[in-house]
Amino acid sequence: MPDPESRPPARPQPSRRPWEDREAAPFVRLEGLSKSFNGTVAVDHVDLHIYRGELFAILGGSGCGKTTLLRMLAGLEIPTSGRIFIDGTDMTNVPPYERPVNIMFQSYAVFPHMTVEQNVGYGLKKEGVAGAELKQRVTEMLELVRLGGLEKRKPDQLSGGQQQRVALARALIKRPKVLLLDEPLAALDRKLREHTQFELMNIQDRLGITFVVVTHDQEEAMTLATRIAVMDAGRFVQIGTPTHVYEFPCNRFVADFFGTINLFASRVTQVESGTCRVQSDEAGADIASGDAGGQAAGAEVWIAVRPEKISISREAPVVGGFNVLKGVVWDFGYQGNRSIYRVKIASGKIVQVSTQNRVRSDARAVEWDDEVFLSWDPNSSVVLAE
Amino acid sequence: MKNRRPLFTVAALWFGFAFLYVPIFVLIAYSFNDSRLVSLWGGFSLRWYGELLRDRQIVDAALLSLRIAVISATVSTLLGTLAAIALTRMGRFRGRLLLGGMIAAPLVMPEIVTGLSLLLLFVSMQDLLGWPSKRGATTIMLSHITFCMAYVAVIVQSRLAIMDGALEEAAMDLGGRPFRVAVDITLPLIAPAMLSGWLLAFTLSLDDLVITSFVSGPGSSTLPMVIFSKVRLGVTPDVNALATIIVAVVGLGVLVAGWLMLRQDRLAAGETPIRAYA
Repeated sequence: MPDPESRPPARPQPSRRPWEDREAAPFVRLEGLSKSFNGTVAVDHVDLHIYRGELFAILGGSGCGKTTLLRMLAGLEIPTSGRIFIDGTDMTNVPPYERPVNIMFQSYAVFPHMTVEQNVGYGLKKEGVAGAELKQRVTEMLELVRLGGLEKRKPDQLSGGQQQRVALARALIKRPKVLLLDEPLAALDRKLREHTQFELMNIQDRLGITFVVVTHDQEEAMTLATRIAVMDAGRFVQIGTPTHVYEFPCNRFVADFFGTINLFASRVTQVESGTCRVQSDEAGADIASGDAGGQAAGAEVWIAVRPEKISISREAPVVGGFNVLKGVVWDFGYQGNRSIYRVKIASGKIVQVSTQNRVRSDARAVEWDDEVFLSWDPNSSVVLAE
Repeated sequence: MKNRRPLFTVAALWFGFAFLYVPIFVLIAYSFNDSRLVSLWGGFSLRWYGELLRDRQIVDAALLSLRIAVISATVSTLLGTLAAIALTRMGRFRGRLLLGGMIAAPLVMPEIVTGLSLLLLFVSMQDLLGWPSKRGATTIMLSHITFCMAYVAVIVQSRLAIMDGALEEAAMDLGGRPFRVAVDITLPLIAPAMLSGWLLAFTLSLDDLVITSFVSGPGSSTLPMVIFSKVRLGVTPDVNALATIIVAVVGLGVLVAGWLMLRQDRLAAGETPIRAYA
């Protein structure tokens, strides 16, 4: 009996980062895919390569077109234009019941009039699998999602988490080439969500099926995914690994989507290879930053710094005069594992800083109305043009 | 002072009930009256029920009414269900709004108008096509199907509207072709609504007088028509007995239909997948 808690031996993989391999052929390929409903464009000329075995997340706010994109992959919506290739085959006009793709709906869509067993076995039955083989494969799948013993239950006798696992088992049993998940964890409470997240990753790792997850929750996307595509108004804004999109957002929209970020309106004054200097009235200081992102001297840009990259202290830090701002603690929130400070600097701008609370009841901890110094490493900020 | 409001509410409730049901209870009570005089109590007896069964005219009319009700309820359930599926599952198509409005129209159309227009239709069809050759059971059934279908469509439509469309999509995604999906998923889930629609159609058909009077012909008098003509000659106790039986049958039908709808609503409420706490 497989136990999802113990980590399975890693399957031999040609590459952990196939998207960096120029030779690798994409497993799912979208070419200029568009969908509009009565003139309203939901998905706008999207190109995307997803590789075999990836856990790919499409992230965006409501109405950004992410669910429409997923439904087109499932065959539940017919694209207005563009093509969909899965494992080299053109699937654009293949109906959902003939695609090697299965979907887990946000509402789970567990058939209410069927038992757990009948729900999970439905797909195989339509394939013509019957009798002992059907029973055995259903039992195996139920063991995998840890629903063994609940075969005869009806969905209304199951909790939300159990219903979710029925939906997952039902979608996995046909061994699809791609499994699509629409907001898989949105309906679960926080504890269960964290647990299920890791369970999903383990199952994906064990079966080696390519997963495409649609979500509006950036934490969920970052935990689950090998790569994330950030979507806005029917287009991809940025595609990259979780670290990449978090640390090196390509614009303010992406930066803001992945948690809080401090933005300072600035003007580039000096550019060297790998570093640059900007003058920011908003920060009231000269700021040194890493790569200018292709911006020339004189360009209007934003300097973006994550709250956890900023150090806060009552004593002036010993650095060369760059990236040090003086301010007063305006607001302070204790969250147990970390504290959030909102510091008002000379220009009146509020800068958010977060610190890990590694020492219990630290006497040196910064409190309300303290005069503080904020500082950060030049390599911790990003220069954003838009 | 505090007690006045509940007292008033309770009184109003009982008055309302009395207003609705006292006439029916009086009728039921008098159906067991031994006396020939309608308004004079002559002791308990079942003799009018016996008399009723010996009355060929009434028995024939009752059998005709039942036959018409069963057939028109069945056909209108089929047609009404198809209409409901078209309205809720086929997306936006040309004339969807018009079809929706026209299906609901017989619910509010005065029966006199429906009856008269159907009569005119049948007469012109007879002239032009030679069918239906005479007015009778067939034309009554066609008319009943027409207005019952509207009720079935509305009931099934409301069920389909609260049903998660993802259920059918999930079945299709798992390899079910559209027809299999309809049989495997849609039908079992709307079956309670179809059954309650059938029962409602059955009682409506059994009960209809106005439309039936327009489109019936010689030798095809339904039960309500017979009762109506008998009462015009003076109320006899056997009519009370007949009315009691009808009340019992219709009451049972409404009760079962109501129970089915209630159960289905509860089922639908229990189905909501978002029950966060495991």
